[in-house]
Amino acid sequence: MQQTKVVDMRGITKRFPGITVNDGIDLSLLQGEVHAILGENGAGKSTLMNILFGLYQPDEGEIRIHGKPALIDNPNTAIRLGIGMVHQHFKLVQPFTVAENIILGSEPRRGFSISYREAVRRVEDLSRQYGLNVDPNARIEEISVGMQQRVEILKTLYRGADILVFDEPTAVLTPDEIEELLDIMRSLVRQGKSILLITHKLKEIMEIADRVTVIRRGKVIGNVAKAETNPSQLAEMMVGRSVSMAIDKKPIEPGKPVLQVERLVVKGREGAPAVNGISFTVREGEVVGIAGVDGNGQSELIQALTGLRKAESGEVRLMGADITNAAPRAISETGMGHIPEDRHKHGLVLDFSLRENMALRTYDKKPFKRYGLLDYAAIDKHAQELVEQFDVRCPDIYTQARALSGGNQQKAIIAREIEKGPELLIAAQPTRGLDVGAIEYIHRRIVEQRNKGKGVLLVSYELDEILSLSDRVLIIFDGQIIGETRPEETNDRELGLRMAGSRLDKDAERSHAG
Amino acid sequence: MIDWKRWFIKDNAAIPLLAILSGLLFGAFVMLLGGFNPIDAYSHLFRNVFGSPYDFGETIRQVTPLIFTGLSVAFAFRAGLFNIGAEGQFVMGMTGASIVGVLLEAPWYIHAPLALAGGALLAGLWGGLAGFLKARWGINEVITTIMLNWMALYLSNYIVRAFLLEPKQQRTYLIHDSAKTSMAWLSELFGSARVHWGIFFALLAAVLCYAFLWKTGQGLELRAVGHNPHAAQYAGMNVKRNVTKAMFIGGVFAGLGGAFEILGVFHYQVIASASPGLGFDGIAVALLGGNHPLGVVLAALLFGSLSYGSAGMSFGADVPPEIIRIIIGSVIFFVASPGIIRWAMGLFARNRKRKEVA
Repeated sequence: MQQTKVVDMRGITKRFPGITVNDGIDLSLLQGEVHAILGENGAGKSTLMNILFGLYQPDEGEIRIHGKPALIDNPNTAIRLGIGMVHQHFKLVQPFTVAENIILGSEPRRGFSISYREAVRRVEDLSRQYGLNVDPNARIEEISVGMQQRVEILKTLYRGADILVFDEPTAVLTPDEIEELLDIMRSLVRQGKSILLITHKLKEIMEIADRVTVIRRGKVIGNVAKAETNPSQLAEMMVGRSVSMAIDKKPIEPGKPVLQVERLVVKGREGAPAVNGISFTVREGEVVGIAGVDGNGQSELIQALTGLRKAESGEVRLMGADITNAAPRAISETGMGHIPEDRHKHGLVLDFSLRENMALRTYDKKPFKRYGLLDYAAIDKHAQELVEQFDVRCPDIYTQARALSGGNQQKAIIAREIEKGPELLIAAQPTRGLDVGAIEYIHRRIVEQRNKGKGVLLVSYELDEILSLSDRVLIIFDGQIIGETRPEETNDRELGLRMAGSRLDKDAERSHAG
Repeated sequence: MIDWKRWFIKDNAAIPLLAILSGLLFGAFVMLLGGFNPIDAYSHLFRNVFGSPYDFGETIRQVTPLIFTGLSVAFAFRAGLFNIGAEGQFVMGMTGASIVGVLLEAPWYIHAPLALAGGALLAGLWGGLAGFLKARWGINEVITTIMLNWMALYLSNYIVRAFLLEPKQQRTYLIHDSAKTSMAWLSELFGSARVHWGIFFALLAAVLCYAFLWKTGQGLELRAVGHNPHAAQYAGMNVKRNVTKAMFIGGVFAGLGGAFEILGVFHYQVIASASPGLGFDGIAVALLGGNHPLGVVLAALLFGSLSYGSAGMSFGADVPPEIIRIIIGSVIFFVASPGIIRWAMGLFARNRKRKEVA
């Protein structure tokens, strides 16, 4: 049987002032397939999907849905045509329940009032049909990110979508949640839905996609069946050069302790200890990785180490100096660089220019400050040097940080933090949401610090990242270090089990004790 | 060379200008509805501002406090704070100046600066109090400054009544001549309009405000805190201190405006049943001026001229001066809803394109 094309985009071209973001793109989605669109950040994937969803109008080209030419001039038209979009950033009303969010905009009515019972019933049916396992009466603010994403999926299904667009769906998920999402996608496809998956993660593509369209700089580079390709070929197509994920780690004997943490206790947001008596050491010339599922105290640990959150008890020493509960500036000047977990929240002032962001920690020092005034000539020179040295791609140093791609924003932060020559570099989720090329670069820079004999503390939810960069791996669970291992002695499967499986052990112990 | 055409087209300049134009047009429309002649009204307004040296001088007097209160709001806004309290800080500035001006005696070169400083300091503390409450306990500055406005009004009335009242009057004693900041020769030049040193200080304050925010490390800190307090904290800046400092300096700006009103214009302070409203106008001035010192000066010029000129409108063209509040209100409306302006600009651009094609 010839499979029908549910979506057929031909020669789509979209220009913004000064740049062509989509240049004659052809894309077809077959009935019942998962079609991945692969490309670096800024390659034009999102623009293409926004055109399909009616948020942008193409300058050239035509779109056929189920074989019929379609003029999609706004999202409502797209929804009517059966297209549903699961956005990367969820569009949910936090205090509303799941059912309320799903029916928002097309409420089942009885007379003048909304029939909530009807809504709940329909949500339950859909949830069961696709194995989503969502409680319609839970409030959005009370459910996990993975659940919220399922609510977004349900929203599209509720509106009768049979073409689902997933925009970077795994960027916010934990490894377990990713597995579950892939299962959901399989179930959707089995029941006749067709899926467009926008991503830059090769692993997911190899797991779920049937075909892959690779986009680079607004153009289609290739269209391949998954069965006929492999990750390194895809990576090369995406980046335009061969990418080596192999890390050049020189064998080094770790030296003196750089960071010493003793019985650290930090309270979390709800007042209960999120970090509960953690002790460890990072030495010169080693990368210590902290592996764990999101929400087991990693964020609080880092915030306490960097002075952003108060430690209740315990001790932190950097190069022998007590920095427990010291101010962030004092800690930074003692010799700590920090690549923060959330680069938009902590790492950058997005409305500032790149040059100001590059001097964000050092504006108060020579040579940037003279007679109380900022010396912008020195600030510019410094920023220019960093931009060149760390390959931050930007129109110029006067560009707003907001205008840079995620990878370049991260490079800018890393440039600023490494340039100070810190003895300890704390890297939290350093490659979250970045594409292969940027990840490769950032990994190289992190290992370079280690090779120079500095200490690195790496926190990541990506097991691959932990395993390929670390010399030692600490496993964090429920605010405690529950184990230590070496990358060469373990693998991601075992590590994943230990990260979560310990919970089972504990429960077992508890039930034995009880 | 500055590319004026490009600067003009840029959103930040084009939107306020078009908003002003739209506001004036809307005002004309309202006048037509009321059966008045808008052209007549606007020409009288214009004449009343530029018609005589006296009127021009009085317009400058009207503009001066607006620059100060506009700077007060704009400065705090740059640090991410919404200073509704310029009004109360302005009143505290008046009171501080009155206290020093009435109770103290000193040679002019000490007395006048001291009176100014007294007003500025009192207002600065008044603003800083709101900043401190925000920094220490996270109390929203909008709420505290609104409450502090009322407290300032009644506190200053109490101070006037209890310590400074001239018998059988509803006002303080006149301040000593040594505390006055009037400028006799300038005043004469403008047909004895009440022009005073304040306008020069206001312009100087605008320059200093700009230099502080964009040329000093402390200014960079304030702006960083305003844009993203989390990143500021991460970068080692003291967010709480900056919040308090921004409100203090904002208060100083407003307070200087109030102090100059006493020392340069009225020379006494009355027991007021309502506060003068110049601080609230400062919010509008800052908004129209895009929270930039240069914009604030220009916006203050516009609003000051409109309010002073409205008197001429009512004398000359028999249009009620309240119309001018409608115009100012609609200018603010259009500034605050740039979507409308962009939409109108879009229509215009599309029409032109169509014509070009045809």
